[in-house]
Amino acid sequence: MAIKDLFGKELKVINIGLLSFKESLEDAGVKVIQVDWRPPAGGDEEVMEALKKLLGK
Amino acid sequence: MVVKGVVKKGQYFDSVTLMLVAKGLTEVEGVEDAAIVMGTDENKSILESSGMLLDEFKQAKDSDLIIVVKAKDEALAEKMLEKAEKDLQESRTKFEEAGDYLPKSLEGALEIMPDANLVLISVAGKYAGDEAMKALEKGLHVMLFSDNVPLEKEIELKKYARDKGLLVMGPDCGTAIINGAPLAFANVVNRGDIGIVAASGTGLQEVSCVITNEGAGISQAIGTGGRDVKKDVGGIMFLEGMKALNEDENTKVIALVSKPPHEDVLKKIANLIKEEIKKPVVGIFIGGDPEVVKSAGAIPANTLEEAGLIAASLSKGKSMDEFKKLLEEREEEIKKLAEEEASKKKEGQKYVRGLYTGGTLCDEAQLLFKDMIGYVYGNAPLKEEFKLKDSWKSFKNTVVDLGEDEFTVGRPHPMIDYTLRNKRILEEAKDPEVAVILLDVVLGYGSNMKPGEELAPVIKKAKEMAKKEGRDLSIICSITGTKKDPQNKDKVEKELKEAGAIVMPSNAAASKLSAYIVKKLGGDK
Repeated sequence: MAIKDLFGKELKVINIGLLSFKESLEDAGVKVIQVDWRPPAGGDEEVMEALKKLLGK
Repeated sequence: MVVKGVVKKGQYFDSVTLMLVAKGLTEVEGVEDAAIVMGTDENKSILESSGMLLDEFKQAKDSDLIIVVKAKDEALAEKMLEKAEKDLQESRTKFEEAGDYLPKSLEGALEIMPDANLVLISVAGKYAGDEAMKALEKGLHVMLFSDNVPLEKEIELKKYARDKGLLVMGPDCGTAIINGAPLAFANVVNRGDIGIVAASGTGLQEVSCVITNEGAGISQAIGTGGRDVKKDVGGIMFLEGMKALNEDENTKVIALVSKPPHEDVLKKIANLIKEEIKKPVVGIFIGGDPEVVKSAGAIPANTLEEAGLIAASLSKGKSMDEFKKLLEEREEEIKKLAEEEASKKKEGQKYVRGLYTGGTLCDEAQLLFKDMIGYVYGNAPLKEEFKLKDSWKSFKNTVVDLGEDEFTVGRPHPMIDYTLRNKRILEEAKDPEVAVILLDVVLGYGSNMKPGEELAPVIKKAKEMAKKEGRDLSIICSITGTKKDPQNKDKVEKELKEAGAIVMPSNAAASKLSAYIVKKLGGDK
């Protein structure tokens, strides 16, 4: 396998996390499937990290 | 004011949902503040500092949801708690309706979509690495939006991916465009023959938009995450990305976008360009020495805009002379405009206040300012001695990155939520020494969906406030976006111009215009 083999193919995405990313991809006409992911234990840090992250690019 | 709250045991929602529902509450009249968070110690201390930590929250655990409202009276607070629960329930229903069946795992998703080829991961950093490894083991490419993935994990993932010929974009990769698909925070760009490898998210967005707005297009835009080009990761994915674009028959020109890579990584990049890459390479290492880029055999660009323009020129088969002529013409226009704007200013008006939502754009503005008007103050300054004592208060020439932690704890990023910046614009407008307010507006998926509607009235108000006191205030914006973005750049530009803003074609042009005005007014002294 090589990275370039991905180019030119239709992109098909599995989205693990923010639902808004799935919605954006669908809006752009990309095939995407959402995983109903739950944290293995509780979900605490997810909120804080994404708060900071949300989009601290 | 009354503070009321409730703890919901064992309920999990994603962070964006929680913030959106909380924001919906604060928009109701009579509500001063609202928070919906998981009951971690960190969250509890944030609630405490804003006077919203009730006794009953102290027992809440990491996996419990806390909803709290500060409102003018008991009845409204009660009503808001009910609204929060209703809105959360609705979002859950929407989630469940999103598909007939939502798989609980990657394996489940692959049963439904066996030919999936990329996994986009945005769960918390401590879980994200494991999810990424699972995806790689199944032969899938990965984009890791999550940050806080341990460094060792990043190195492990990238080495594994390299050996298997797979892509790992990130961690902390905010944007990418693969096969025309905008991933996470990306713009809708033209397809074309320019391939980008970038270790900077907003840098990638700005370059890909400039290229599109010039009528050229993108083949692939690969994000690597900022840590990739540092010493420890050693540029693994930056280099693999370059090789892949070199082999890609649809890529004619390669553009590299990054903050200055570690010297070891830079050597590897230079070697790769010399030994293997057979296509023209344009490089912008923001804040780095252009000579280094040149010595690596790439065409150096001084700004993100230049990188985009050079790449577009090469793609269209134009000569570098034509490109230089275009740049000179633009520079002359900027100088002329600066003269006009400066001539309208009142005695004492001389400073610029840059209010940024994009970190890389903020860096670029500061670097341009450094050369034109000297170092400027800020919360993330180029030189430590120019650090603001209080990030919330500007001093002389100031450029603030509103995406830094002190502004984002407990609220959405300023690219999404304009509330904080809008307040700051009005504060700066009151300052009689301010001549220019400089703003970035970043469009694309994930960003604020109504930038014109939310920003234009504030620009108008700020200009009116200054005018009442006999001052003319220049509000200069750049828009990182395209007309194909969901917000539509042309529409946003029109709205901002109608409000009285000057809209420049790039962040570099907007920064230069601001600096020329300040220079003319003596604010650089």
